[in-house]
Amino acid sequence: MLSFFPEMMSFPFMVRALIVGALVALCASLLGVSMVLKRYSMIGDGLSHVGFGALAVATAFHAAPLAVSLPIVVLAAFLLLRIKDSSKIKGDAAIAIISTGSLAVGVMVISLSTGMNTDVCNYLFGSILGVNQNELVLTVVLSIFVLVLFVLFYHRIFAVTFDETFAKATGTKADLYNMLIALLTAFTIVLGMRTMGALLISSLIIFPALTSMQLLKRFRSVVVCSAALSLLCFLAGLTISYLYATPTGASVAILNIICFLIFSTAGWVRGRRTRG
Amino acid sequence: MSLLSCENVSFSYDGRLVAKEISFSVESGDYLCIVGENGAGKSTLMKGLLQLKRPSGGILRMGDGLKADEIGYLPQQNDVQKDFPADVFEVVLSGCLSRLGWRPFYGKKEKALAQEKMEQLGIAQLNKQCYRELSGGQQQRVLLARALCAAKKLLVLDEPAAGLDPLATKELYALISKINTEMKLTVVMVSHDMQSVLHYAHKILHLNTKQVFFGTAAEYRRTPLAQRFAQGGEAGA
Repeated sequence: MLSFFPEMMSFPFMVRALIVGALVALCASLLGVSMVLKRYSMIGDGLSHVGFGALAVATAFHAAPLAVSLPIVVLAAFLLLRIKDSSKIKGDAAIAIISTGSLAVGVMVISLSTGMNTDVCNYLFGSILGVNQNELVLTVVLSIFVLVLFVLFYHRIFAVTFDETFAKATGTKADLYNMLIALLTAFTIVLGMRTMGALLISSLIIFPALTSMQLLKRFRSVVVCSAALSLLCFLAGLTISYLYATPTGASVAILNIICFLIFSTAGWVRGRRTRG
Repeated sequence: MSLLSCENVSFSYDGRLVAKEISFSVESGDYLCIVGENGAGKSTLMKGLLQLKRPSGGILRMGDGLKADEIGYLPQQNDVQKDFPADVFEVVLSGCLSRLGWRPFYGKKEKALAQEKMEQLGIAQLNKQCYRELSGGQQQRVLLARALCAAKKLLVLDEPAAGLDPLATKELYALISKINTEMKLTVVMVSHDMQSVLHYAHKILHLNTKQVFFGTAAEYRRTPLAQRFAQGGEAGA
């Protein structure tokens, strides 16, 4: 049944897509638990649009796409976090402004330089052909960085996610850990944008966490389950994308949606049974 | 020296004064209640005591070497917690965070402390239960156990009985009083429940955008202010 697998892995671009995608899926699902619970889901979405704008500008100037978009997205992440705290512009409006603004700039830059072509489509919806050798190295290094920090700061991330006020009042530097979560999310989004596409990368952040929460009741089990689901959906999505020439990002996102539906149905059935 | 003292402290939001002329002190072992109507500046003062908000005037002093990581806090529940997937032990243990220092993970000592606090509050059997599925009274006990893990000297409570039924409210106040007398923790509490306040608190601070009373509970009971406020509170309840 898996006879296609060796053939699939004989293409270097597939190996690169597999490594990058699996690492990004893992990072995104872990951070996603905190992002979803903190009601920051839309920040992830906003950041991916900023990433698209940055990628477009980088391509127009023939610069390395990841190296340019990384600092810009990190900056946007800090900015969005700041805006959420102040009350002048409401958080969701600020995200909408920044994400549509970046999208507009990106599209404009692309149409002025190379014209609307398949490149744009690849940025928006992802492509398994997108990852080159340098990006592979950068992704491996950065995702290991994200994973290590997540594990080291796991208990602090829990505390800040569950109750920021308590954490602050009892002497935990909550703002610092919020920044850390935003920074790691920004990294993950930029790294995942080439395979998943700017419009779909935030599904990797939101879906696995939301799906796990339908059934599981402990923070740690939600984290572990999200990671496992996310990896599974990515591997299956990548395979489908290879076998049937479907876009990778969309395949992975649709598998995530299917998982979500299964889990929430199961949660609903269980809820009825315990109540009835 | 007092554990906490305020001298003519005021707070403002965006340049607008919300509370002023606040002068009081809290000694070690005290049970202070902050009362007043909605918008009287109680929550703001509490944020000030927790060093989450800087006073716009006056001096707020922490005495006896009191540091932020020695304060336990029972905040009002927030939206996030209503559907948060976490078991009781995870929540209580998170109160030990400030004891970790530079260590990334909890050790035996922190876990034993969390277990001990849960036993003291009678929730040890809820250990593996999901926080969001508990009753309101049980949830408050869990958050109280978490606060006790963090508290070495001072316990600050923000309307701990909000949304609880009368029986759970009574039990919770008795528990807080026990914590004050048996564990020798200083308690500062914001509350609307005048009957319990007058029953348990040693000292009362009444705010109405500025300080209108500070003294012992016995003195407070004799003021016309207290009689009016208590009646109003009961009629409203």
